Formats: sequence, structure tokens, C-alpha cells
Amino acid sequence: MTLIWIIAIFFAGGLLCWAAQFVNRVLIKWIALIAAVANLALVGAAYAEYRNGSAPGDWLIDYTVNWIPSFAIKFHIALDGLSLVLLLLTAFLGVLAVLCSWKEIKERVGFYYFNLLWTLAGITGVFVAMDLFLFYFFWEVMIVPMYFLIAIWGDSNRRYASYKFFIFTQAGGLLMLVSILALFFINHANTGNYTFDFFELQNITLSVAEGRWIMLGFLVAFVIKLPAVPFHSWLPDAHSEAPTAGSLILAGLLLKTGAYGIMRFVITLFPQNSAEIAQWAMLVGVIGIIYGAMLAFAQNDLKRFIAYTSVSHMGFILLGVYSFREMAFDGVVMQMLTHGISTGALFAMAGMIKERLHTREMGNMGGLWTGMPLMGGLALLFAMASLGLPMMGNFIAEFLILVGAYEVNPTLTIIASIGLVFAALYSLRMMQRVFFGPRTTPDRHPEPFLRQGELREGSAHSASAVYDLSAREFTILISLSVAIVILGLFPQPVLDSVNTVVQSLIQKNTP
Amino acid sequence: MLRRSLASLGMTNTSSRHPEPSEASVRDRRRIKERIMENYLYLIPALPLAGFLILSLLGKNLSKNLIPVIGAGSVIGSAIAVILLAIQYDPENPVRQILWQWFSSEDLSVAISLSVDALTIVFLFVITFVGALIHIYSAAFMREDRDYARFFASMNLFICSMLLLVMADNLVLLYLGWEGVGLCSYLLIGFWYEKPENSRAANKAFTITRIGDTAMLIGLFMLFQEFRTLYIPDILNNVSQHFESGSATLTTIALLLVGGAVGKSAQLPLQSWLPDAMAGPSPVSALIHAATMVTAGVYLIARMHGIFVLSPEAMAIVAIIGAITLIIAGCSALVQTDIKRILAYSTISQIGYMFLALGVGAWSAAIFHFFTHAFFKALLFLAAGAIIESLHHEHSIFKMGGLRKKMPLIFYTFLAGAASLAALPFITSGFFSKEQILGYSFGAVNGNPILWVVGITGAFITAIYTTRLMVVVFWGEEKTHVSHLPGPAMTLPLVVLAILSIAVGFIEWPHNLMHVAVFSDYVQNVLPATVERENIAPPLVLQGIAIFMTLFGIYVGYMNCYRKPIWKANNYQTPLFQSLRNFWFKGWLFDDLYNNVFVKPFLFITTVNRKDIIDKIYTGISNGASQLHRMFSVSQNGSLRWYIGGVLAGILIIVTIQMIV
Repeated sequence: MTLIWIIAIFFAGGLLCWAAQFVNRVLIKWIALIAAVANLALVGAAYAEYRNGSAPGDWLIDYTVNWIPSFAIKFHIALDGLSLVLLLLTAFLGVLAVLCSWKEIKERVGFYYFNLLWTLAGITGVFVAMDLFLFYFFWEVMIVPMYFLIAIWGDSNRRYASYKFFIFTQAGGLLMLVSILALFFINHANTGNYTFDFFELQNITLSVAEGRWIMLGFLVAFVIKLPAVPFHSWLPDAHSEAPTAGSLILAGLLLKTGAYGIMRFVITLFPQNSAEIAQWAMLVGVIGIIYGAMLAFAQNDLKRFIAYTSVSHMGFILLGVYSFREMAFDGVVMQMLTHGISTGALFAMAGMIKERLHTREMGNMGGLWTGMPLMGGLALLFAMASLGLPMMGNFIAEFLILVGAYEVNPTLTIIASIGLVFAALYSLRMMQRVFFGPRTTPDRHPEPFLRQGELREGSAHSASAVYDLSAREFTILISLSVAIVILGLFPQPVLDSVNTVVQSLIQKNTP
Repeated sequence: MLRRSLASLGMTNTSSRHPEPSEASVRDRRRIKERIMENYLYLIPALPLAGFLILSLLGKNLSKNLIPVIGAGSVIGSAIAVILLAIQYDPENPVRQILWQWFSSEDLSVAISLSVDALTIVFLFVITFVGALIHIYSAAFMREDRDYARFFASMNLFICSMLLLVMADNLVLLYLGWEGVGLCSYLLIGFWYEKPENSRAANKAFTITRIGDTAMLIGLFMLFQEFRTLYIPDILNNVSQHFESGSATLTTIALLLVGGAVGKSAQLPLQSWLPDAMAGPSPVSALIHAATMVTAGVYLIARMHGIFVLSPEAMAIVAIIGAITLIIAGCSALVQTDIKRILAYSTISQIGYMFLALGVGAWSAAIFHFFTHAFFKALLFLAAGAIIESLHHEHSIFKMGGLRKKMPLIFYTFLAGAASLAALPFITSGFFSKEQILGYSFGAVNGNPILWVVGITGAFITAIYTTRLMVVVFWGEEKTHVSHLPGPAMTLPLVVLAILSIAVGFIEWPHNLMHVAVFSDYVQNVLPATVERENIAPPLVLQGIAIFMTLFGIYVGYMNCYRKPIWKANNYQTPLFQSLRNFWFKGWLFDDLYNNVFVKPFLFITTVNRKDIIDKIYTGISNGASQLHRMFSVSQNGSLRWYIGGVLAGILIIVTIQMIV
């Protein structure tokens, strides 16, 4: 039931927000915040209950009702360790996304929070849906509101970015739909039984050629989302144009649905075909790591820079998944969580800087440490997380992936490790251009926030727009910092939660 | 038993209230005592960590008097803990404390666990003791700085990471410390971040060491694949059963570890970051870029000695790297004019000696040189910092001069450090440690005469540049006015370090002269003994030559700089000498080489592809679609004649096709 509550609260909260627009505008934010916090509490309770994962082959929660019986579509949701940790990430980032939007959004607030919460609902659904049609449904539920978030509340080039986002993901989604239907009909031909149920479809027998094409349909949808080179080019545009919370959710959660889909569906439904393409997929991953890092290094736009680092980090996911090693799988799960947190934090920070300086150009920044040492310190922390410094969770993730992958393909792993050097290059370049160096920031006209008593110490800079973090911003960033450090020093609970899932995946994929 | 029952009846007198301990209970109590020691091992890194957390979270709200108390106090606390530990330390029972299980996946299981053996204690002592002195010095040196708290926070974090590095008993935790010190080095080199060249230097340092670190990380992958563990004692115990001597895999692993070591320790080919790292405050140069972090590479190789012993090729390469580096850096030190850059190059050169020693299998000699070097080089940097500060931030030695009279205390302490650096025979620690390395570079099994010749040439060069530095800075006429003299918080550490620079040498004499070997006895449980060749030249002759070369170097330096100041002598103005000088001055042009081979191509590729060539495919598709749209929309023009024409043309085509088919 918890799962239904979570999804329902997101949906209902969204509708309430929209409705509240016509009643009381102050209420909207609070409704959204309450919905997000309630869900965090629910997921937290679920985590406390199920944190040790499930018995092998068992599900923590498994809930089915008929939805559209005439098409054999069921509302089937289930929870295992993998879904659980991802739900936790979703609920956590959900709260922060609401907090990030608190001051930023001033137009059509109700509709904004409606879209925000519905996207979150879609993402939650994607992580728990076990009926392929239902999965596709949630997949669309998360994409469409995200399209509106970018198209309405985005930056100057938002139309282009939102179309691009929509067309890319929708193209992938349609291929996936074709594959789902193919599975549906092939299964009927084999067994005489119409079903979209993932549990039943797992036992399907496919010829090699069928499997290959059907798998590609799924895989393309997921690698576009991931994104893997060469399907990555929607991401920099979407990330940089989206409002802060949009970028946070895109980078922190939407990309993870791609990774999740590969783990949950592609390698489970098509183990043989996956083994066939494993070397190529690892190669694509490594290309992504290097190529993304090189692009990140060249960017001048802060948000574009962060977007390309995501391309680089998501390369590790492909490398890890297709090495089919338990260690690498553990690393992949860690990578999903830690990347969500560290990149989310960087986007949140980019948003805060933009609120102050009204620019994303790193060329217009510089020396920001002087005015905002607190943000500088936290930015440093996340830059270090991004370059894989131990103590932060990202290191555990990348280390496990690389150790696991090394046993399968040393050459590719060594090339991927070079990505760590590149990560240092781009992260340090960002720090240098934004926070270090002489202060090049021209003093902008003070924002209305200044009057609201948000100004903290550093009175020398009170005249400029560069003021350090407000209490709300500090809360957002410090909770992300604590999360990333805890994941770096105590990652074992996460690994324990997903242990059985990972082991059954490994079993399926070792002939 | 009887006594206890009597006691319980209240029938014994007061004197025997505490029963005589039986033998068993003594043993029990000793075990408890050891357990207590084990249980408090975590305090050593935890104290500086606490200091870091307090200073970084509350730094801005703390008073200027409290900040150094926390910053230096935490390090002093951990120095006291180390001394207590060293007193209780029993070489038969190395101490280990498991704090928690870090992560375990498949068969890889890594704990956050600390271990202490003799090698670690030597490093712990230097890190905390020299660290504490430098912190005390910094309390005065950095007092006027705006970011006083940030400075101490970074320094404390550094101490914590460095302690973790040497206390780690698995390679992943060691790597954590390894990267942690790299981060702190980066933060402190770029401490004065408003100057772009400082943060460039910081980036350079981090990036170059990161290249080495990545090599080391790949070494870790290989080690795990071979041994299925990253717990250091297990690796060292199993390595001889697992591998034949000279195995190619093992050599690869060893060389990858060396990759990490040369990055951190600024050895060829990754040495070029250290001179630029002098952009940081002087105490940072003393602590990180002289005494501790840059010797992490030496520590790593010594720690993993079991692997190197089985790989003669890797050993030979380490020795050759050390030998070449010590000459290259020594030559560069000869011609520098910035006092800190002279010391930086000399650090590279001295670590070259340590690598040379490691390479020939003189494990304890390498660590002993690390030990003495930490004292005298930290001293030199701190004294240089005091000079620079007193001379209005003047770095050029040719703008100094005559300081012997003006700053007598600095002069004498600097003299002690410089004499130790130049290895002045019999009265300085540097002599004893360097003599050992030189002797083994000839006499150890892996040694040979060529390495020895390189070593004494290096000693000769060291003597020259040290003398040059002394003479130019302290003799001659005063060129910059001394604004103020350093206070006691700065001079006290100098005096302590000066005494140590002289005194610590006496614990280890050349074994043909006097049988004192406190240091090598201390580490003998951890590091293998150095195997010597037989039938080689008598040690006394070698020592004689080495001593002669040192004294001759001092003489040459003195003649050139004092009698005929080098910068005025005409015979050095020849074009050949000028270009050689320039070549050395720029660190053998390694920077230019790397710029042209790596940096520029990388910048070129990334800049050219800034807009992402792959995106062109998609914009191509969308542009193509728009083009088609425009082309076809021409036909949709509302003119009836066009439409009829179109219909007729269509009919014509269909009919034609039908006739053909």
C-alpha cells in the first residue's frame, strides 16, 4: 500500500497545487512541500522496514489489480532493494526540488508545482511498475510534465531545448512501445496468454534474432535517457535551459530511469543478447566517459558544463552493467545514487549563482569565494565528489565499477580510468573560473531578496549581488553534502539493500 | 583466596587491602593496556579531523586567538598521542584497530582500519611533531591573513589525511589519504586564490599528481585481480608464493605503484609541479612540500617493499629515476634566484636520493634520509618564510644579503639546516643519512659504481647551491631593509628544528666507524635488511671521496659567490653558459615539453569540439526537415493552375510507368 500512497500523494498534491492557484497562491508551495516531505517520510519508513533487502527471488512489496482487463493491462507494482534505494533518492531529491523552486518561480506557480509533482510521480512509478504497459504509462507521465517545466519556466532558449528533449525521449519511448507490443504478441503466440506482466514475460523464449531487435528497442530508449554517446545531445540543452529544479530532477532522477531500465528490463529479459553486445556497450560507455569529459572541459556555460559531466559519469553505468560483475553492479547502484546527489547539488548551486549574477557564463564569474565562502566550500566538496575523491560516495561507485570491469576488460577499464584525470581537469577548471581568481563580478543591482533580511554577514559585500547562502539554500546544500559524505564513508547499507537483487541479476547473466 | 575472604570479613589490615597481583593478572592488565592503546589509535587522525570540522564550520565566528589554539592544539594533541603510542609500542605486536567495515562487495572487503608498525611510527612522529611545530609557527606567520581559519582548517585536514595515509593497512584507505593530501595540497597552494597564477599552480599540482594517482589506482585493480584482497599484510605475505621473481605482471604492478609515487614525490617525469607549488604560504611549503606529503611516494614504495624485492627491474627503474632526478633538480637549484624555488628543487633532489636508496634496496637508509630531511628542510622553509616576511615579501635572493648581522637567529638556524642539507661531515644529520645512501648505492646488491658516481656528483652540486644560497642571502651588503624580526612563536620552532637537524644524525653512524644503529634497528621488523655485495672498495675510501666532494663543493660555491660574485663574473656571460643556465633555470624545459605534447593538443581538441560535433548530426536532420518543408510548401501556393498542372503531371507519370511495366 505504501507505494500506492506515495504515487497518489504526488498525483493528488500536484492537482491540489494547481487548484490552489485559484484560491491562495501562498498555499501552493506549502502543499508541494508537504506532499514531498510526506513522501520522504513514507519512503524513509519503507526503507527502515525493508532495508535488508529481500530473500532471493522474493519481492518486498508486490501489489496487483486489474487496470484495463480488455487489454490484459494490470496495475502491477512491486518493490525490491533496487527500487527501494532509488525511491529514497527520488523522495529526497523531490523535497529539495521543491525547496529549490521556492523563490525562483514567480509565474504560474500552481501549474509549475503540478508539473513538478507529476514528474516525480512518473519517476516513482517507473521505479516500481512491473507491468510493461504501466511502465510505459509512467514513462510518459514523467516526460510530459518535464517538457512543460522546460518549455514554460526555462531560460531564453527554452523552446528549442524542450522540443529537443521531447523528440529525443519520445523517439526512444516509441521504440520501447513497439518492443513491448512485440513481447506481448510473441508471448501470446507462444503461450496463448495475453499479458504485459513483467514477471510472466521473464520466462518468454525468443529466437536470437527476435531477441536482438526487441532488446534494441528497449535499449535505445534507455540509452537515450542515460544518455550514452551519441544520443546525448538533448541533455546539455535541456539541462541548461530548464529551471533549477528541472535540472535537478533531470540529472538526479530522469537519467537514472535509463540506468534502471537497463538493469531491470534489458539484461533481465534478454540475457543472451545482452552478452552478445556487452563488449560494444562497454566501449560506448568508455567513449561516453572520455568524450563527455572533454566536452565538459571546453564549456563556458556553467550548466552546460555540469550537463556534460553527467554524460561522462553515466558512461560508467554502461561500463559497469555490461561487465556483468557483482562488484560492478554494486558500483552502478552507488553511481546512480551518488551522481544524483552530487550533480543535483551542482545544479542547485548553478541556480543559486544565477539568481545572484543573472548569468550562467563562467567568464562573467570568478573570485566568488570572497563573497560566498560557504558556497565556495560546498562547491569544492561537490567538485571533489565529481572527480572521484575518496570520502565521497562517487569514489566508491566508480572504484567498484572499475575494479569489477577490470577483470572483464582491462584495456577499456584503463581508458575509463583516464577519465578520472579528465574529471580532475574539468572540475578544477570550474572551481578556478567560478570561485577563484580575482573578482570580476560587476556589482549588479540588488535583488529584491536583499530586502528580505536574507543577507548574511560579509557586510563589505552588502552592496553587491554576491551574498552567501540563505538558510533555505544552506539547508538544501548541507543535506546533499551530508548525504554524499555518508554514502562515501558508510556505503554498506546501500550495498546490503541491493545485494539480493544484484545477485539474482548476476545469476541470470552467467550462463 | 584466603586473603580475599578475610578482606571481605574486614579482618585484614589496611596495607594489604590491595592484594599482590598474581602473574596472570599482570598479564591480563598488560593485555588490557595494549587494548586501550589499540582502542585509542583512532584519536591520532581524529583530533586533527575534529580541528578541521570545527574550523571549517565555525571558522568565521571564532576569535583570532581561538583559531590557532584549535588548529595547533589538535595537532599537538595528536603528537602527544603518537609519543604515547611510540613509548608503549612493542615491535613484536604491531597494533591494529578496525573502526568499521567500509564496504564489501563480492569478495572485495575493505575496512576503515588503522595499523601501526615501526615504519608507520617514524612517519607518524615526523607528521605530528614537525606538523605541530609548523602549526605553532603558522599561528604567528598567518595571523594577519583574512582567512586565518581557512588556513588552519586546511592544514588540519592535511594532517588528518596524511596520518590516514601512513596508518592505513589496506590500499583503498591508503588511497583515501593519498587523495586527501592531494586535495589539501591543492587548497593550500592556491590559498591566496585571488592571484590567478596561484590557482593555476594549484591546478597544475593536482592534475599532475592525479596522473600518477590514476596509474596507482590501476595498479590497485591489478593487485586485487591477482590477490583478491587489498589488505596490505596479506598481499605482502602472499606475494612470494604467488609470483616468481621477475614476473612481468608483478613488475607492471610495481611500476604502476611507482607511477603514483613519482607523482606525489615530484620525481621524473612528474616533477614539474613542485617548483610552482611554492605559490603557497611558506609553512605549507615546509609541511606539505618538504617534510611530509612529497615523501608519500617513498612511504608507498617502502610499504609495498615485498612487491619490489621480487621485481629487480622495477627496483632498477626506481634507482635510475632517483639518480636522474637528483642531478636534474640539483642543476636547476644551482641557477634559481627565488629562495623558495631553490629549496623546492633541492627537495626534489633530496627525494631523488631517497628513491635511489629504495631502488638499491637500502630501505632503512631511504627512510632515515626522509627522517633527517624532514627536519632540516622544514627548518629551511620556515626560516625562508621568516626572511621573506621580514623583507616585504621579497623572494629573490639577490635582493637579500647581509642578513647575518640583521637576523642573527635566523642566520644560525638557517646555517644548521643548510649544513645538514649540504651534508657537512660528522656534525649534521644530513651527512649521516646521505652517507648511508651513497655507501649502499655502491655496495648494496642492486647498487653499482655508476649510481654512486651520480650520487656523489649530486652531493657536490648540493654543496655548491647550498653555499651559494647561504652566501648570497646572509653575507654581502644589505639590499632590502629588514622591517621586523620574527617573534618567539616563529623562532621557537626554528630552534627546535635546528637542534634536531644537527642531532638526529647521531643515532645512526656508518657501521665501519661506530656501531650505533638505533634507527635501522628500530625499523628492522618492518623493512628487510639491505643485502651488501662482497669484495667491493673499502667503505672508508668511498666515504673519504664523498666527504671530499662535499667540502670541494662548498669551496667552489664559496669561491664563486663570495670572492667573485657569480652574477658579476664575466666568464659566465658566454652564450653557451647563458643558454645552459636558462635551460636549467626553466627546469630542463619539462614544462614546455608537456605544454606542447599534452596541454596544447588537449586544449585544441576540446576547444574545436566545444559545440559537440555529434550534435551537428541532429541539427543536420532538423535542418534537412525544414528544408524539405520549405521546398514542398512552395507547391501549396493556392494557385489553381499549379494544382491542375500537378494533377496532369501525376497522371502522365503514372501512365508512363504503367506503359513501361
